[in-house]
Amino acid sequence: MSSDKSGFEPRIVAFLCNWCSYTGADLAGTARMKYPANVRTIRVMCSGRVDAQFVMKAFAEGADAVLISGCHTPSDCHYQEGNFKALRRYYLLKKMLPQFGIEPERLRLEWISAAEGDKFQEVCTEYTEQIKKLGPSPVKKGVKNG
Amino acid sequence: MAKPKVAFYWCASCGGCEEAVVDLAEDILKVVEAVDIVFWPCALDFKKTDVEAMEDGSIAVTFINGAINSDEQEEMVHLIRKKSGLIVAFGACSHLGGIPGLANLTDKESILRASYLTGPTNVNQEKTIPLAKSPSPDGELHLPELKANALALDQVIDVDYYIPGCSVPKKLILDAVTAILTGNLPPKGSVLAPTRTNCDTCERNKTKPEKLTISKFYRPYEIELDEEKCFLAQGVICMGPVTRGGCDERCIKGNMPCRGCFGPVDNVYDQGAKFISALASLFDAKTDEEVQAIVDTIQDPAGTFYRFSVAKSYLGHKVS
Ligand code: SF4
Ligand code: SF4
Ligand code: FES
Repeated sequence: MSSDKSGFEPRIVAFLCNWCSYTGADLAGTARMKYPANVRTIRVMCSGRVDAQFVMKAFAEGADAVLISGCHTPSDCHYQEGNFKALRRYYLLKKMLPQFGIEPERLRLEWISAAEGDKFQEVCTEYTEQIKKLGPSPVKKGVKNG
Repeated sequence: MAKPKVAFYWCASCGGCEEAVVDLAEDILKVVEAVDIVFWPCALDFKKTDVEAMEDGSIAVTFINGAINSDEQEEMVHLIRKKSGLIVAFGACSHLGGIPGLANLTDKESILRASYLTGPTNVNQEKTIPLAKSPSPDGELHLPELKANALALDQVIDVDYYIPGCSVPKKLILDAVTAILTGNLPPKGSVLAPTRTNCDTCERNKTKPEKLTISKFYRPYEIELDEEKCFLAQGVICMGPVTRGGCDERCIKGNMPCRGCFGPVDNVYDQGAKFISALASLFDAKTDEEVQAIVDTIQDPAGTFYRFSVAKSYLGHKVS
């Protein structure tokens, strides 16, 4: 799958935890650091709030990739354990996604603190490039059954 | 007053749901007395033409079991929908795609190959596989064509109610029939079973340690299963935390973990993903390496977490 490198603009859904990563993204914004518009951010209270259902639904609805970002492990999560839940869900999903035909690289987990606007920018830029190379999600719009 | 007309139909199923009806034993007589069975191919000799001749909407309720995985089934359920007032999806396959839905994790060619050519018990020197159309001395023969993916009934026609289970327990059938005959039904689209999970009523729940942690998973055959302890506490995957109750925890009482046949509870769509979310709370692991080591001990996550519900997962099937 390396088709359509020309003009393919991936849609990346990013779930960002309120306390660290979202603030980091905000910082990138206020500091006028440019990051690709391909990344659509969704603020959640904690990375541990990201139900694996959200990830599967994002893929079903045509996301080319999903990024989950929370506070640094082991001890930065505002709710203490949330980022560990995210870590475990991430590995479980990564093992399962290929069984549904989705490349595991389409899911990414990052720890980005409130002060790391630059890291947020780098991750978004680099991940967008990576997904551009990988090509569009194999899920055709609307998930056709039958 | 004329007795209400009732029909039963089967699609891609193992016959267990038909068996469940027959297993009502003497209780079936009560049902039979109260209704007029107008179509039941498994037990009584009716033909498609009989159904076609019926007036639209004239069957009060039709119970349909099995997933939809052929063009013939699709055509039949559309016909039955037209002729029926209520459609009840009966059993896990009709409700969620069930076991036939596991085929959605592979492709049609591989299924035909495994079933007809490479299966260890197959003797098929001519390498015959079923074709939708094949020539014969008497003209072209037609067979139902296997669909690329198995579907739950509500992915093909409008469904009024669901009775879950593989197969459906007797009590749920009798309760549903009584509710229908007395017009005492919940809102359309309801699953006619409790809204709580199996864990809520499971006897083993009280054996759960305060903080349940898992450091390795076992398949049921790999360990000696304790008869009283929560399966998850033994490192055995039990779908109880995300599976609708109402089966009287019959597998668990038989010392086997819940495999999830009742499907998700209300407000959850994707049973397997919900299970991933729940399971993640229980890992005894905080680093990438530790987490990976535990995940490595889980065989076939999709087939285990969605054993009955691949068709009704968000993705519905393997994409390619
Ligand atoms: S996980 Fe299974 S065995 Fe444990 S309490 Fe829940 S239903 Fe019972
Ligand atoms: S215990 Fe689980 S798998 Fe067994 S019948 Fe009940 S819901 Fe189905
Ligand atoms: S609050 Fe940021 S990961 Fe939990």
